[in-house]
Amino acid sequence: MTDTSVRQDSPTAPQQSAPEGGDAAPARSLGADARRQLARSPLFWVSAALISVFVLMAIWPSLFTTVSPNESILRESRSLPSSDAWFGRDFQGYDIYSRVIYGARASILVGIFTTTFTVLVGGMIGTLAAYNGGWIDGIISRITDMFFAVPFILGAILFMSALADSFTSYFGVIFKVVLALTIFGWPSLARLMRSSVLTVLPNDYIRATKALGASPWRIIRSHIIPNAMGPMIVVATINLGAYIAAEATLSFLGIGLTPPVVSWGVMINDSIVGLRTTPHMILFPSLFLSLTVLAFIMLGDAVRDAFDPKSR
Amino acid sequence: MPEVVLKANDLVKHYPVKAGVLRRTVGQVKAVDGVSFELYKGETLGIVGESGCGKSTLGRLLMRLEEPTAGTVEFEGQDWTAASGRTMRKLRRDIQIVFQDPYTSLNPRMTVADIIGEPFEIHPDVVPKGGRRARVQELLELVGLNPEHINRYPHQFSGGQRQRIGIARGIALNPKVLICDEPVSALDVSVQAQVVNLMEKLQDELGLAYVFIAHDLSVVRHISDRVGVMYLGKLAEIGEEDEVYSRPTHPYTQALLSAVPVPDPTLRGKRDQIVLQGDVPSPANPPSGCRFHTRCWKAQDVCKTDEPQLELRADGTGEHPSACHFAEPRQVVETTDVSGLAPDTRFATPDVADVGDENPAGTGVTEDERRLDDTTTESDHLR
Repeated sequence: MTDTSVRQDSPTAPQQSAPEGGDAAPARSLGADARRQLARSPLFWVSAALISVFVLMAIWPSLFTTVSPNESILRESRSLPSSDAWFGRDFQGYDIYSRVIYGARASILVGIFTTTFTVLVGGMIGTLAAYNGGWIDGIISRITDMFFAVPFILGAILFMSALADSFTSYFGVIFKVVLALTIFGWPSLARLMRSSVLTVLPNDYIRATKALGASPWRIIRSHIIPNAMGPMIVVATINLGAYIAAEATLSFLGIGLTPPVVSWGVMINDSIVGLRTTPHMILFPSLFLSLTVLAFIMLGDAVRDAFDPKSR
Repeated sequence: MPEVVLKANDLVKHYPVKAGVLRRTVGQVKAVDGVSFELYKGETLGIVGESGCGKSTLGRLLMRLEEPTAGTVEFEGQDWTAASGRTMRKLRRDIQIVFQDPYTSLNPRMTVADIIGEPFEIHPDVVPKGGRRARVQELLELVGLNPEHINRYPHQFSGGQRQRIGIARGIALNPKVLICDEPVSALDVSVQAQVVNLMEKLQDELGLAYVFIAHDLSVVRHISDRVGVMYLGKLAEIGEEDEVYSRPTHPYTQALLSAVPVPDPTLRGKRDQIVLQGDVPSPANPPSGCRFHTRCWKAQDVCKTDEPQLELRADGTGEHPSACHFAEPRQVVETTDVSGLAPDTRFATPDVADVGDENPAGTGVTEDERRLDDTTTESDHLR
């Protein structure tokens, strides 16, 4: 038995007074590291470029085309791509290029709004469930189970049919679609957030903050959320693409956006009858839809690589 | 008699064991089962014990991170376990905690300025808003870190440096009691020494009282004024550092001390090592009577039925509290407390000690004599 592994030294001992800290590297937050990693990823730049173009299309379609999407030239109906109409014309003689550009708005709006709402609702409910635990967690978990039992698209179809006659304006319909997708999309994010909050909670820094007398709100805001957000950001980015596809599906089925509103789903639905004779009519809206979904999923992948330290 | 700052009265923490579909409570894990002690102003009380004996739970109860099942904690005569709201917030300033793992005790997404500055945001009246940054830098300097590193993130520091940040956060509000839950267990030995010395320095400068929870007996002896030994949620023995280490009367303490490796080769084979039989019983179903009777070589029938109280028992030269019916002193191994000795000049840093060197100048025993000693020990073994 000995206690000589440590020896008392005077308070002025050199290693106490000499500040340590190694090299004078600049401060690097985990977020800054992630950004640096993103900047090096070609996947990120390609997807970011595509998304910027699509977002620009949604905001100012007139930047890309001067032709109105509703200018019908019936005698040129179903004409093939030419210098006059780059992507050809559909049954009604509409310029497909112009309609594809104008159709981006509905998809982007639905994608962005649905993602925002599912992140807010799912994140909040998931955090609440994990932080409180006990019966609150039990009830919330059972509710998410119930939502999981309903197939996503089936649920959205039921919801849209139930509200078929209300909110028929452009933004009204977009709002309905966003609402339907949010109602059936939040449970997966709530579960994800719940599990990542549960992994953050046992950390000593949470206990240390409690020991300092911090309010639950402060603990959640400045400790839990910043540390538990990562997985949700990644999944939400990937989901954004999926929501755009879901919007197109609903429009294709005729219960989402309906003519005269221009949307990729509506265009695909309109041109399905000419699938074998005039495939260009279905090709271009499908191509743009796929590219948008792909761009968001690629962005999600890049973000996941940047936020997941294990992949480095 | 020095002033009592923190007093634990018969603290009990039981965790329910739930089973079945209905989550019925089928038993209780008795993590802490009736612990009482007093902590005096400016002293260090070491709490030792093996894994699972309830040391850390005790720390959390003292910190009120968990509510006790029974018993109270008093801070300067005020009942801390019953306090709420404003009183509670005020008391939180006086009792702070330092955690074991420097890697999970700092939020990786906050800068050092935010981490050490957080106490001032929670208690805004301690330091005015404009002076907080300066105060954080002052604290960094106090714990031996470069104040210019205030904008760095925890992952840019080493384990020892992170633990210093944790200590800085703990002392930011000028507490009177600092509960240290294994503060050096996750660090390697040389860094342990630095951190322990820092804690001693801070104690001298700020008049802190420490509850130092650890499983490393040497570190506890080095830093503590008094030491409590825990076994299965109860205190087996408590007393002045010298009483517990040199004249232990509880068989468990004796066994624990005999397990400490002695770094002096001349003592090899000479020490009286007590090897206990069996494992620590489950705290969900502790033995009746004395909790140690299942593994104790002195156990009699009375130990199975009567629980020995933690009361003053003779230890040879004086008496100190011990919870054993058959308490008697037994010197486990020759030890010397070298903390008062001058540092050995042969070593570059004064805080890294020559372990087991009872002769600080290193002149008493020549190399030949040492070798001779070793051979004797060896031949003793053979015989």
